[in-house]
Amino acid sequence: MSGPSFERGYNALKEEIDAPTAAFFSSCVHCGMCAEACLFFTETRDPKYTPIHKLEPLRKVWKQEYTFWGKLGKALGLSRPLTDQDLADWESLVYDSCTLCGRCSMVCPVGNDITYMIRKLREGMAAAGHAPKGLIDATKRAVTIGSPMGVKLPALQAQIRHTEKEYDVKVPMDVEGAEYLCLLSSMEIMNFPEYIGSIARIFKKAKVSWTLSSQAFEATNSGIQIGVSDIAAELVQRIVDVAEELKVKAVISPECGHAYMAIRWDGPNLVGKRFNFKVVHILELLDELRTQGRLKMKDKEARKLTYHDPCQIARRGGVIDQPRNLLNMLADNFVEMPETGKMNWCCGAGGGVSSNERADDLRLKTFARKKAQLDTINVDAIVSACSNCRIHLEEGLEEYHMELPLLSLTETIAEHLAEE
Amino acid sequence: MTDAEFLLWVRGPAFTTATFIMCAGLVIRFLEIFLLGRKADLAEARGSAFAGGFRTMFKRSIPDAGSFERSGFTLVSGYIFHIGLFIVIFLFVPHILVFEAATGLSWPGLPSNIIDATNVVTMIALLAVLIHRIKDPVMRMLSEFNDYLVWFVTFLPLLTGYLAFHRVGLSAPMLIGLHILSVELLMVLFPFTKLSHAFTLWMARWYNGAIAGYKGVQS
Repeated sequence: MSGPSFERGYNALKEEIDAPTAAFFSSCVHCGMCAEACLFFTETRDPKYTPIHKLEPLRKVWKQEYTFWGKLGKALGLSRPLTDQDLADWESLVYDSCTLCGRCSMVCPVGNDITYMIRKLREGMAAAGHAPKGLIDATKRAVTIGSPMGVKLPALQAQIRHTEKEYDVKVPMDVEGAEYLCLLSSMEIMNFPEYIGSIARIFKKAKVSWTLSSQAFEATNSGIQIGVSDIAAELVQRIVDVAEELKVKAVISPECGHAYMAIRWDGPNLVGKRFNFKVVHILELLDELRTQGRLKMKDKEARKLTYHDPCQIARRGGVIDQPRNLLNMLADNFVEMPETGKMNWCCGAGGGVSSNERADDLRLKTFARKKAQLDTINVDAIVSACSNCRIHLEEGLEEYHMELPLLSLTETIAEHLAEE
Repeated sequence: MTDAEFLLWVRGPAFTTATFIMCAGLVIRFLEIFLLGRKADLAEARGSAFAGGFRTMFKRSIPDAGSFERSGFTLVSGYIFHIGLFIVIFLFVPHILVFEAATGLSWPGLPSNIIDATNVVTMIALLAVLIHRIKDPVMRMLSEFNDYLVWFVTFLPLLTGYLAFHRVGLSAPMLIGLHILSVELLMVLFPFTKLSHAFTLWMARWYNGAIAGYKGVQS
């Protein structure tokens, strides 16, 4: 593949524009309501963070390439064409101040899916070489090492040995014919290895046939965050190959938002074919086990809990009721934050923002939105289902001097499982 | 050209031309959008794209509670002038006669004094919208010439309609002629400006809702 260039970026943008994009740009009346739906605007009040404004380079290409008057204006030299400098100027807006959370797409009165278009704009930005260094590095590591954090198989094997010893469970590896292939995120392996022990204990008690793979254990996909579909497809293909080789019935996406988006919704479109296996989020599987009576609890969580919806799982992914069913099984005192489920506020670190050091200060500033939500309900702990949300929420809570434990839903269920 | 000749011209050749440009322009706009196409989604559906798209086309007219809290002015002024425009365009008896002449369809109208009052309220709402656009930092940054042009050509027929109804200043044929001409300006610009959102928003809502519905999320 040739290196990044403006020409490649421009062509990528041209290719990305489809009928929905044209309908969206045709309909925007510049009402500004998307600004109030974006935590980067609400927490800074800086107009440049207005979601539709972040799409200006893509809009320019649409107008000049796909509309009658735009083409005429361009031919007569009446309008200024998009330049490499425009893309450079927009880089931080497109990558640092958008988590692809999709909240703007829910409030736009004309119905524009702005997030859908930001994802497209990133394809052009990356092809033109205007992506943040942190994301470029993470993507390179994902391709060469197999993990954006540089986690190699021996590190996973060490965590597995530790888990098997601590919980007296077996963590199956490369088992052909297992029902489920379980994926992990690097963050779980490095920061939250309890997750591996938790699923091992839950699956043992619920008698779920499962396996990890030494060839494809990483579920996250930097390719979709940076906006390089070729790489995203390569990362998905690794999982598809293993799933087919092991003949599993389904692949389980871990507690990670964008990993779910990558494998469940983008995956088949990236590799260009329908999967011959299912993809389920761990919360979907756990809720299914609950309805089948295969999750037996020894006791209930006494603390007052709330749930933070990871955007790619809930608003963009459709897994909204399952965590609530599980929490109501698990706790007597589960309360919702104001504006929750499909209207939840993002933690501020999704969509590659957490891999982008340049965005660190902004990311912590926008946490004020989550703090405002939490301040209204006075809970003892927050539960979530995304290790990226979890790390950032913990950092945000510390920054704002709030002492609240952050729990993983899967891990909390494992802790309350009935003994045999 | 006498005032009467002017009126005949705007009602005749000018109106035909404006109607043709508006219809041809809209066809071009629709083709520009639809011919771009859309890739089929290969992921296994969880919900219905059709149900999601259809629901969102209508549901998006009713904002969520949070938006009412944060964008109250935009929403309330927007509702008022859109409903106002609908009433004065489609429920004023002389307008219904024009539609009947063109399409053969007729429906009951509202008394003129109610239309007149609605017209005034709509103009006030549009003025408030303009002031908001100029004063609000987000809207000011987003706004281009197009946005102000669209405002102007929407406001003008309301103003000329008011002047014609109250016979202010000029002769009756001239006032009505100017009113019709201002509507023709709106019609000519309709397909090529933001005004076309009146049609394209249904597509936008459809796509948004269909994308979400396919994944089993309500949008």
